[in-house]
Amino acid sequence: MTLINKEYTNLKKILGPLIVVEGVEGAGYGEMVEIALKGHPLRHGRVLQVDEQRAVIEVYQGTINIAKKNCKVHFKGKPMVVRVSKEMLGRMFNGMGEPTDGMPSPMDGDQRDINGLPLNPICRTYPRDYIETGISIIDLMTTLIRGQKLPIFSGNGLPHNKLVAQIIRQANISEQGNENFAIVLAAMGLKNNEAEFFKQNFETMGAAKNVAMFLNLADDPSIERLVTPRVALTAAEYLAFDLGMHVLVILTDMANYAEALREVSSAREEVPSRKGYPGYFYSDLASLYERAGRIKGHKGSITQLPILSMPNDDITHPIPDLTGFITEGQIILERELTVRNVYPPVNVFPSLSRLMKNGIGKGMTRDDHPALASQLYAAYSHVKNIRSLVQVIGEDEISELDKCYLHFGEILEKKLINQGYYEKRTMEETLDLAWQVLSILPEEVLNRVSREQLEKHYGNKNSR
Amino acid sequence: MLKQVGKIIMINGSIIHTTGADTLSMMEIVEVGQSHLIGEVIKIIDEKVVIQVYEDTSGIKPEEPIYGTGMPLSVELGPGLIGSIFDGIQRPLQKLWEKTGSFIQKGVQVNALDQKRKWHFVPQKTDGDSIKSGEAIGWVWETTSIKHFILCPPSIEGKLENVVAEGDYTISQTIAKIRVGERYHKLTMVQKWPVRIERPIYKRQLPKSPLITGQRVIDLLFPLAKGSTAALPGGFGTGKTILQHQIAKWCDADIIIYIGCGERGNEMTEVLVEFPELQDPRSGRSLMERTILVANTSNMPVTAREASIYTGITMAEYYRDMGYDVALLADSTSRWAEALRELSGRMEEMPAEEGFPAYLATRLAQFYERAGVVETVEGTKGSISVIGAVSPPSGDFSEPVTMHTKRFISTFWGLDKDLANERHYPSVNWLNSYSDNLDDIQEWWQEHVDHTWRSMRDRVVEILSQEDELQKIVKLVGSDALPDNQRLVLLIARIIRESFLQQNAYHDIDKYASPQKQIAMLRVILFFYDEAKKIIKRSIPISRIQGLAVLGDVFRMKEDIKENQLDQFRGLEDKIYQEITCLVESYK
Repeated sequence: MTLINKEYTNLKKILGPLIVVEGVEGAGYGEMVEIALKGHPLRHGRVLQVDEQRAVIEVYQGTINIAKKNCKVHFKGKPMVVRVSKEMLGRMFNGMGEPTDGMPSPMDGDQRDINGLPLNPICRTYPRDYIETGISIIDLMTTLIRGQKLPIFSGNGLPHNKLVAQIIRQANISEQGNENFAIVLAAMGLKNNEAEFFKQNFETMGAAKNVAMFLNLADDPSIERLVTPRVALTAAEYLAFDLGMHVLVILTDMANYAEALREVSSAREEVPSRKGYPGYFYSDLASLYERAGRIKGHKGSITQLPILSMPNDDITHPIPDLTGFITEGQIILERELTVRNVYPPVNVFPSLSRLMKNGIGKGMTRDDHPALASQLYAAYSHVKNIRSLVQVIGEDEISELDKCYLHFGEILEKKLINQGYYEKRTMEETLDLAWQVLSILPEEVLNRVSREQLEKHYGNKNSR
Repeated sequence: MLKQVGKIIMINGSIIHTTGADTLSMMEIVEVGQSHLIGEVIKIIDEKVVIQVYEDTSGIKPEEPIYGTGMPLSVELGPGLIGSIFDGIQRPLQKLWEKTGSFIQKGVQVNALDQKRKWHFVPQKTDGDSIKSGEAIGWVWETTSIKHFILCPPSIEGKLENVVAEGDYTISQTIAKIRVGERYHKLTMVQKWPVRIERPIYKRQLPKSPLITGQRVIDLLFPLAKGSTAALPGGFGTGKTILQHQIAKWCDADIIIYIGCGERGNEMTEVLVEFPELQDPRSGRSLMERTILVANTSNMPVTAREASIYTGITMAEYYRDMGYDVALLADSTSRWAEALRELSGRMEEMPAEEGFPAYLATRLAQFYERAGVVETVEGTKGSISVIGAVSPPSGDFSEPVTMHTKRFISTFWGLDKDLANERHYPSVNWLNSYSDNLDDIQEWWQEHVDHTWRSMRDRVVEILSQEDELQKIVKLVGSDALPDNQRLVLLIARIIRESFLQQNAYHDIDKYASPQKQIAMLRVILFFYDEAKKIIKRSIPISRIQGLAVLGDVFRMKEDIKENQLDQFRGLEDKIYQEITCLVESYK
């Protein structure tokens, strides 16, 4: 179309992150807009609504300094795109996909629409095989499967950033080496200190070559947060489905993304649903999360590990709630364990990896893994029951066996769940350690593992 | 070519306003813009026509054209539906893949049914026979187990002429003409029907027989009758989808229609991978040979999600009219309601509760009321049973979708977060679930399985509710403080929960239990209860009963005893009797 180069200088309204331009011709829904403001870097925006006279535009870098007549609005005639290339690995970008490490943008590579397209369900292949995070409790009880989306539900003040950094450092796909493995980090609303923490970690890390970071900082315009995960996922799709890599995408913190979404929705005066979030909140989250998966005929995979801090630790809040409805399980961090100095403070009971059954066991992790995980879960939940009983009747009144269980629970938390920040445990080490802890309990009560497995592993007869 | 009827004046997400389109009628399908996206007319206000578009509208501009089709949103009904997977507006995903690759592009139009495939048609009427709507003119084998009757379409009645001989025909070839007065109606194997309109029913009947699902907590405690409706609400992680899959796999309906409505893509893949490999326990054929999938996952356009429910139920009605029992599973109706909410919001309608439009309840009722048992013109019986999953935010059943759904369904399976956290699956809560079909299907159970079904069922419910009361005391003082007869109730309730209600969807033997096995299991448990009760009265301590070796067998019977070894349950009862007698002897 020929209208592309027309510029508009007359704004009708400025409402929070939105501007309304009058007299627009030929602008399409969802297309990208550039806003030139003297003395400021070029800003970007997207058309949210368009009719014969006006276009409503969300401005990603915010509307500060914009006046009705001091800027030039330029419709690009195409949706927002990002240039994707293998060169993105080992680099650091801001939330809009522009480099922040002082080096030029990757020059080669295709331009892709950041919104992606829905994957035809018939083309998906079912996720299988796992990603080793090197963190015992995750690898053992909530194994991360390639192509899965498994969020970490955290809370303010819990060590989720530390955990993320550790996972970025340690994660690997054990059997194939790491040439084929990449990590994409999309951080939304990251505090400057946290960003510094990630940068330093990033620089000291040997594995940094296979990591691409997209950091949107807390003092960056909040609306930019709506773009960050999409840019990151577009890059990930390229790496996974064009280059055949296994990509782990870490999205943190989804709560900040959700706040930005609510802000734009309310500026548009939309009818709110729960807690002021827009009615399309679920669909919007799904448009991100559903970009995880594997595709028939392609070697690569996209695995997502979104992190979200639950407002006020409330799991029924719309952000964790709707996330839980879309993702395939959840890993929940718990405050009480942090207080007892257990890191990572994963609460085993409500945590669940729904696709785990397809990625563990014989030929994948180890044949005893499924039974072992189920036995640990059963025994640990018994510990939980005894603990509440002890609070009522006191520890002296319980049976010897129950005391043994209490001891087991203690060691499980201190030795198995608890792990050093620089400690990487292989799957094999984790499974052996789990047997060691389980062997505190008498053999007779372990009825979820088979006789042969007991024979082989109980008391770690062979491995230690 | 389609005629341009108007032009676009405003675009807001999937809602588009047009002007100059006076000829468009309500619910008419239109093509939008130069890229010919599919849309539907949903409002006409003065000059302005409001259209919802079934595809992503990015890049669409004001002034672009609108084309009318003159037809409301319709589905194609004919042989070839079974085994297919469609999106929300009945586009076959396989064909879309062949046409556009792994990702779904915009503006692609494909026929729902294969136009070239030939079917072996066998006529059962001849020239000169009179025929009326709903009567079959002949049939084809759609799959090895489904005989697909070619029915005379609704509101047509006349005399047959030019009926073709038995042979292979495509769905678009004329197989007969019907003379209606002076005019002729050409009959092919395919007909179109608008999805938002219920197909006419010849005669309604009351539900009489149960939909056997092989899931014990459903069949025995909270059964669903064929032709009735059920809702299964539950927060995330409570196992809605697994239970839906279990029902889709093992229930005794002839045709399964599974609608993945705004849910995960990987779940549809699971169905696509698993079903072809599983065997229908009754026909021995692959489960895919009785299944139609409608998949509109959460990242596909929200408008098509709204339509997917209607697409599914219209296909269900078509098979019902042939005299089949159809089970329709929708996962999840909450996502459908959210699609309504989103569209309503974009049209700036006045919201009612939690932003949902005021017509939510009406729409829910219209959907569930399309279930039922009917007598066909041919005198056979067909039915549609609807099972809708509901995903209440934060598992709170007082939210609008769950509340309104409860008004229109007859069986309610409330899934429970606490049970799921204990890994008690299916996590159907026995205290707040209910079934209104108990009286309707009592006769069936008495006649086909066991005359004591109802009394056993009622006893189980009573034991479970007694346990609930007792647990409140146990929480305060511990179970040791209770008298032995009450501790026995706790023991029996535990047996019922763990060995009967819990059912492992991934266990080869346990995943499906026939009604006969279910009754036999229950009889063992209640027999144990009665015997134990007798000896408790004779002051034999509960700890001795808890230590009986046979209890281990009881806990494992669901996984140990196969469908073809049901006589072993009798042996288990004998063993209980012997051990208890021994115990009594030792106290003499």
